[in-house]
Amino acid sequence: MIVQVLFYVFSAILLAAALGVIVARNPVYSALALVLAFFSSAALWLLIEAEFLAIVLVLVYVGAVMVLFLFVVMMLDINVEEIKRGFIRYAWLGWLTAFLVIAQMTAVFAVRGFGIDTAVGVAPQPADHSNTRELGEVLYTTYVYPFELAAMVLLVAIIAAISLTMRRRPGLKPQDVAKQVAVRREDRVRLVKGVGAKSDAPKGEVP
Amino acid sequence: MITLQHMLTLSAVLFSLSIAGIFLNRKNVILLLMCIELMLLAVNFSFVSFSRFLGDLDGQVFVFFVLTVAAAESAIGLAILVVLFRERRSINVEDLDTMKG
Repeated sequence: MIVQVLFYVFSAILLAAALGVIVARNPVYSALALVLAFFSSAALWLLIEAEFLAIVLVLVYVGAVMVLFLFVVMMLDINVEEIKRGFIRYAWLGWLTAFLVIAQMTAVFAVRGFGIDTAVGVAPQPADHSNTRELGEVLYTTYVYPFELAAMVLLVAIIAAISLTMRRRPGLKPQDVAKQVAVRREDRVRLVKGVGAKSDAPKGEVP
Repeated sequence: MITLQHMLTLSAVLFSLSIAGIFLNRKNVILLLMCIELMLLAVNFSFVSFSRFLGDLDGQVFVFFVLTVAAAESAIGLAILVVLFRERRSINVEDLDTMKG
């Protein structure tokens, strides 16, 4: 009973946050509403006992991806008013499409004999059941190659993001460490005779 | 008791909200990226709930991979966006008409 109440509360928060993402006038508010949506989704995933993915959602999405989004939104100086012009013109098409998609999908779920309405709730797992352990056992045995491919995908993403955004600016004075290390005494130090000492060289030729 | 229909209906509503968001914010690239994130979240919802209610853990493994690819996608997308803004001083989709598409 309390699970159902929690489900409705978190679903309401999630849908309200999603609505906030798409209608907010300021992209910063959209990003913050998206953070709220991710948090409430994590709570909903906890309710259906997918603990590991709920934590990963908070850590990866809220902790990394949304911070990146907020960073970019605040770094770019966006003219909000110009962007929002034409907001109303195709709004009816968007809402119509959304309504049709909802109607179609719920019609599919509501059909009896489709097979999925037989799952009228599942018995909860015992208290010492570890979703993380179970997932790890599958991930590091059956799915070990896809797991390593995922690591490669992340590596490619890192390299791509860095090489896309790196720019060479003229006028910078960077240090060349190899040259600094390879320098010898003869390149930098030259001994000259001091004033008053007996000099072989004629006057005025002190380097 | 939460049933599969609850979760799938929630996922469908979330997905169609993000479709509506793509129609509404079709000029702002950064909001389009956010709507795509929301769409991926809705799909992940379906994966997790099928995994839970059919008793098969493979769905959650797939959500893991979707999260990985989505993180990579948003990182590269935002990098492209930063480069684009540096070149054009705008992220309006209508300004990107160099190829006359």
